[in-house]
Amino acid sequence: MATTETRGAIRIEDVVKIYDPDGAAVMAVDHCSLDIAAGEICMIVGPSGCGKTTLLNAIAGFHEITSGRITLDGEVLCSTDRPKSRPGSDRVVVFQNGALFPWKTNLDNVAFGPIMQGKLSKAEAREKALSMMADAGLNGVEHNYPGEVSSGVRRRIEIVRALMNDPKVLLLDEPYRALDSLTKSVMHEALLEIYYRNKVTIFFITHDLEEAIFLGHKVAIMTSRPCKPKKVLTVDIPHPRDYGVLTSKRFRELIEETNEAVHEEAVKAFQSGEKEG
Amino acid sequence: MAARKFDSKALAKGVFSILVFLVLWEIGSRSKQWIALDAFSWLRDMLEAFGFRSKYLPWIGAIPAPSAVLVAWKDVLFDAGYWHSWYMSGARVFGGFIAAMLVGIPFGLALAVSRTVHGIGFPVFELLRPIPPLAWVPASIIFWPTQELSIAFVTFLDAFYTVVINVVGGAKSIDVRFFQAAQSMGSSKADIFRRVILPGTLPSIVVGSAVGMGITWEVVVAAEMISGGGSQVGGTSGGGLGFFIWNSYVGGSYEQIVVGMISIGIAGYISSELLRHFGKYLTPWLRLR
Repeated sequence: MATTETRGAIRIEDVVKIYDPDGAAVMAVDHCSLDIAAGEICMIVGPSGCGKTTLLNAIAGFHEITSGRITLDGEVLCSTDRPKSRPGSDRVVVFQNGALFPWKTNLDNVAFGPIMQGKLSKAEAREKALSMMADAGLNGVEHNYPGEVSSGVRRRIEIVRALMNDPKVLLLDEPYRALDSLTKSVMHEALLEIYYRNKVTIFFITHDLEEAIFLGHKVAIMTSRPCKPKKVLTVDIPHPRDYGVLTSKRFRELIEETNEAVHEEAVKAFQSGEKEG
Repeated sequence: MAARKFDSKALAKGVFSILVFLVLWEIGSRSKQWIALDAFSWLRDMLEAFGFRSKYLPWIGAIPAPSAVLVAWKDVLFDAGYWHSWYMSGARVFGGFIAAMLVGIPFGLALAVSRTVHGIGFPVFELLRPIPPLAWVPASIIFWPTQELSIAFVTFLDAFYTVVINVVGGAKSIDVRFFQAAQSMGSSKADIFRRVILPGTLPSIVVGSAVGMGITWEVVVAAEMISGGGSQVGGTSGGGLGFFIWNSYVGGSYEQIVVGMISIGIAGYISSELLRHFGKYLTPWLRLR
């Protein structure tokens, strides 16, 4: 996969999102600006319900923004004038609870995107899907349905399905939230491995600070609703990383540096009684 | 759903429970004979105290015994008319059922997908739905040119309601993530309909059709009784199983009433089982969980 430096740079400029369901305007995102370089792993950390997903939905094109601008490689995705971007295969989402189609086999799930876009025939897409699944170590589950494999395997399949579209950006919405911590650690290394091979920009939402610092080049700690970056941290631990990083001195230092900020926001969110989401 | 394997223990339990049921029934039905014995005078006194004056167990003593039913069954087993009743009821059920699927599935999908169709169609649908199909019998006898068509229409109706309600419910309950995922992978509206809405609704269609099939049997029997047998093909035997029961009642053959009832039970069971297998074939991803 060819990667140029200009592929997948996201620029979030002064984005505001106000939900107005029944007259009571709720500000979910408050003048949020964030720069994500091409090929960077950017981790968005914040308490549940702080409005991180709102930001992701705006990039993906599922929801409108109220004002501001989001660009991808200089091209405007959405702005005050055109509040909703068109969902596209250059920005594929991996969902919190997984969205593999239960009625398709894992292989057909992975092959889905290129067939939809008319890029590959069904046979070609399947062939590519097989080889990508093999690369990701997903052998022997191709002809099973998603309901038959573990949730960890499902999540990996979903990431491969997203990568099949040759996206510029991978949008991950707390994909490992429901996994136990041991499975999580396996998933983290698997994700990094996939990343080193494909070098896409990753926009990764989580509320797990360790996960954020372990994976990210950049960690944006968000304020509780309304959401905007409270602190943006550059993680100076060199890639490629493996699980040894977790016990390194620098990793511990970075955790200490940021823990306070995250905790503050968590307390705020708890006190305001935001519901999960 | 667990994969169903042949389970001899479950089979033995099933056979045992049916046998116990038959034995109790036989004993109850023959109460006229054994309750007259001196040893059961206490039971007679007790029944009398409760106000029962007959010389057998209340209710069940008036029902023909399974052994008598079996004899009556044997008598009709080689009667072409009995099998013609099966055929007539079966044809009406499947005719009505298939018509309900053919009309109900597209209508339900249209209701679920299009706000316009929903706005125009749903109020009328909801207004007509509470009317029990049997209330339609007189009207449909008047409206439809042949009695056969009026029975078919009534049979169709309730299966139709059930299928539509299930399709709408199923389509509406598809997780929004599936639509978003399909969209972000470049699916067109037609693709989403074909590859998300259709397969996502299929389990509800299967459930709806199983329920619909059960209702169809209920309705067809009642409709046959009320309409007095429908088409006159093959004389009185053209009336189907419902009319078979009614005819037996009028003719005073109580054993045959029970034969007719059990026949409907068996027919309903066979149709549900056929449908279940077909449903599993259509939704393989549910079978394996």
